[in-house]
Amino acid sequence: MAEGYRIAIVGSGPAGLSAAARAAELGITHLLLEKTDHLSDTIYKYQKGKHVMATPSQLVLRSDLAFDAGKREAVLGIWDEQTAAQGINVRLNAEVKAIAGMKGDFTLTLADGSEVRAEQIVMAIGTQGNPNLLRVPGGDLPHIQYQLDDPGEYVDEHITVIGSGDAGIENAVGLATDPAQRNSVTILNRSADFSRAKDANVKGLLAMRDSGRLAVMTETTPAKVEPGWLTLDTRDGEARIRCDRIIARMGSAPPRAFIEACGIEFTSADRAAYPKLSPAFETTAPGIYVIGALAGYPLIKHCMNQGYDVVEFINGNTGLKPADEPILEAKFNALPRRRPVDEWLDYLRANVEILNDLSPLQMREFMLDSDVRAYRIGETVFEKDDPGSSLFGIAMGSVEVSIPGRPGIRIGRGSIFGEVGLISGRRRGATIRASEDAILVEISRTAALRLMASNAAARRVVTRISTERQLLQMFGSGLTPEDLKEIVETAEVQTVKAGQAILNEGDEGLDIYVIRVGSMVVEKSIGGRPVFLSYLPAGSYIGEMALIDGGKRTATVRAAIKSEVIRLDGEAFRKVLDRKPDLFEKAKRDMAARQDLNAFVEAKKDSFSTVVDMYSSVANFLVENGIGEATDVLLIDENLCVGCDNCEKACADSHEGLSRLDREAGRTYAHLHVPTSCRHCEHPHCMADCPPNAIHRGPDGEVFIDDSCIGCGNCQRNCPYGVIRMDKAPPKKPSLLSWLLFGRGPGPGEPDKAWAYAHADHSIEKPKKAIKCDMCSGIEGGPACVRACPTGAAIRVSPERFLTVAKLEQGEA
Amino acid sequence: MASRGATGRIAGPAGARHEGFLRYAGYRWLKIALIVSFVAILIYGFHNPQPRPNGGSWYGYTLGTIGALLILWLTMLGVRKRAMTSGSWSLKAWTSAHVYLGLSLVIIATLHTGFQFGWNIHTLAYVLMMLVILSGLYGIGAYASLPRALSDNRGEMTQMQMLESLRTLDRQLHDAAQPLDHRFAEMVRLSLDEDPFAGSFMTRLTGRYPRCGTRAAQAAIREVTGDRPALGGDPLEKVDMLLGRKEAALSRIRQHLRLKALLEVWLYVHVPLTFALLAALTAHIVAVFFYWG
Repeated sequence: MAEGYRIAIVGSGPAGLSAAARAAELGITHLLLEKTDHLSDTIYKYQKGKHVMATPSQLVLRSDLAFDAGKREAVLGIWDEQTAAQGINVRLNAEVKAIAGMKGDFTLTLADGSEVRAEQIVMAIGTQGNPNLLRVPGGDLPHIQYQLDDPGEYVDEHITVIGSGDAGIENAVGLATDPAQRNSVTILNRSADFSRAKDANVKGLLAMRDSGRLAVMTETTPAKVEPGWLTLDTRDGEARIRCDRIIARMGSAPPRAFIEACGIEFTSADRAAYPKLSPAFETTAPGIYVIGALAGYPLIKHCMNQGYDVVEFINGNTGLKPADEPILEAKFNALPRRRPVDEWLDYLRANVEILNDLSPLQMREFMLDSDVRAYRIGETVFEKDDPGSSLFGIAMGSVEVSIPGRPGIRIGRGSIFGEVGLISGRRRGATIRASEDAILVEISRTAALRLMASNAAARRVVTRISTERQLLQMFGSGLTPEDLKEIVETAEVQTVKAGQAILNEGDEGLDIYVIRVGSMVVEKSIGGRPVFLSYLPAGSYIGEMALIDGGKRTATVRAAIKSEVIRLDGEAFRKVLDRKPDLFEKAKRDMAARQDLNAFVEAKKDSFSTVVDMYSSVANFLVENGIGEATDVLLIDENLCVGCDNCEKACADSHEGLSRLDREAGRTYAHLHVPTSCRHCEHPHCMADCPPNAIHRGPDGEVFIDDSCIGCGNCQRNCPYGVIRMDKAPPKKPSLLSWLLFGRGPGPGEPDKAWAYAHADHSIEKPKKAIKCDMCSGIEGGPACVRACPTGAAIRVSPERFLTVAKLEQGEA
Repeated sequence: MASRGATGRIAGPAGARHEGFLRYAGYRWLKIALIVSFVAILIYGFHNPQPRPNGGSWYGYTLGTIGALLILWLTMLGVRKRAMTSGSWSLKAWTSAHVYLGLSLVIIATLHTGFQFGWNIHTLAYVLMMLVILSGLYGIGAYASLPRALSDNRGEMTQMQMLESLRTLDRQLHDAAQPLDHRFAEMVRLSLDEDPFAGSFMTRLTGRYPRCGTRAAQAAIREVTGDRPALGGDPLEKVDMLLGRKEAALSRIRQHLRLKALLEVWLYVHVPLTFALLAALTAHIVAVFFYWG
């Protein structure tokens, strides 16, 4: 006995639920089929109390169901309530086994044998319902589970978590967090490292291991499951451990066999491929639509919007504009010509080379993060030394790179500029003006990085153009892109690990290296000991000496931090030098400066060997402590520091009562102390994984956290220098005068916890937020820690000015 | 490597213009203070009031006014240090000026007295001022010589970490003493039960703790274990080792506290005496104008 509906929706996750809600609202006969006995199984399976995020924040939610970031329970509660209130027709425990028929007359066969008939089908089954199973002897025993609802449920158990992706790590950490539960938790990882999980999660896990709260076994796989015991294959042979419960989190995959059986094609044979879709989400099987994670959109907001949209499309509303249409319209409004959003998107996509490969949907999402602006002829886009890390694409017209004293370089339509800031995080290298009326797309750093990560063609274009540009900018001298063609073609981007040498003193070799990302240190062996010569930030080149004078490498160059270099073929470069006498002259001048430095160190090595030695070891100490990736760092001369902590007090008093530095903590070498305080890294680790994207680089190069911080603590875990603290601002203190005269309040500096608690307004709960140094941006006079140091012990420095042996000449030597 | 305490530049890769408060801006305030003092002495030499130089001559009043204003301004360092207002001021510059202008007061105020001293409020103000300056001189010495020692002694440990390590050692000692019989347990208690930082103010300043319980406990245990071969497995040996480590940790913290105390102690003289000076100065000025009118 089959019932008939206009739309059958398979899967009740955010996408399916939203589609059903739209169908209910439009009065379309529909049936929402859910395999389990509750709605939205993927989110249901999240750990109890997990914070569900609503990213991307700029995306507008358009759905008949409400959704906002919040705890798992609240999100599910609202959906259950609204599903009932809106009259959505749900059938639980209804697993679809087969789909037959064609558009207008499909028959869905359920696991219990019953049939459902529908004119159209929306598949929103996601990928989580299909977990990879444990396939070893005993793998079907009841104490193996593929989810963990509430880590607090289990006490006094030996629990093994299999799988070291984010889900597995979160489960293992959750089970071991409370020592009162007395669980003995082990997590197994098939490989030696945790490459599939977020860095912050891995750090959290390793920290728990180091404090002895759980065991981590790498290069280990399960071999046999028995009640109470688990046999493992380890690198050193077989091992048998106690195990009362197994939690297997080994990933999931689209249930491809089932989907293909419905007549739906995939984009490729790749395991991670998604079904082929039309702009209206229709698959290659007419009448069957795929939305949500199965369509490649794992974020809840995307899913819900797609649910709404797909039902509108099926209902014949082909003119439906996406939810973000008004936002995009506003972006295009300021442009000189009036065109519909879709036309603009196509225009930009066709005209900017790096966007060529995007799908219309990707292009839409991309534009949400980006801006488009029109410039009049001669108008300045940005000035040299402006801060800024965005990338520009030229959709119309052209721009000119102004170089003082030389004719500018024109960059034409389709190309990009600003990519140096994108890669190295430093200030703008040159002024850019529109050389005719132009339309430019400005792509934020994160959007550009995302684009490069997800789109191989875009990545290739950016790498090629940026290599060419970097060379043109570095060598200048009237070079044109044509001159560099051969060099750019043979150029190769290499990743260099921290401490690894790219050149060794005394080696043969003609290749030239350009530092693209990171920084390098130059060392020379004097009397058998390496002497630190100089520090090279991103954008420097090395290796030209051997090419010019034909000799051996005169110094060793090693990476101060993980870096990327562009290797240029020496022979190809020599040809360019032969053709371009100006460039040859410039290279010789640069070389002379470096030779002077070498000669200086050679000359000093006898009379000032201790000075040079000392300098070397201090410089190495600083590089080890992250100065190599810093842009501005606080140092304390412990020859002068009297330990008054006025720097900390000044910091707290300049920033809502919390100090962002710990003077006493941190490493010291030769009385030079690197306190726990932000180094404003070139490539901030804290920015890597910030859900609300609240961490930015400000106008003075400072890395700061804005008010949209949600207090998740990822940045704190990601910071290798431990300079971020999570805390809430204490209440306001009485004024300094009333403290001086009447002793009211806790006095200058950060108030102690007891005072802050006693004087806090407990009716409002203030969340803990991430706090770090912002270099006192916006405060006249600059960093308070330095201004408030009574003895001059505290200084702030940038590494390239600080770390050069030439300072010895002006300093003590 | 030349690192001359507070006067030395930063060691190693020298930030070219990095300098301490004494060297600030190429000894700018030292030069100003010297010029002011020199000019004051010069005028004093040519000025010939009758019957003799005193605070009541026009020059005496001038010096007195300068001195009094200077004292008030010098006192303001305490406010400047604590008021974190914005603006391009530097506390280092203030400290530098405070030190050198404060020292120039020795000349200005002495010339102001015209070398007339007596058992009165006027001389009291002068004596208080000289005491404040003397304590300040100690402060300069302490700031110049002690930071290095403080840094060397703490060896990258923070005060909290030092105290934490002590607590850890105490826990280990407590556990290690469990198998011991009553007599030895009592010895270990000598170390566990004492407050290792108890003692007078002088104890803190000298860093000498003659009645240290840990040392006593170790001595007592050594007396027993001294002629026994260390074979391992004897719980007393472990206790002995732990006591040794505790003593090392204690001496580091005690040295840390001693140095911090030496860096701060003079302020407990300098600041209260300043307030006494301000009171005496007020009395001095009121008295002068009272008798004048």
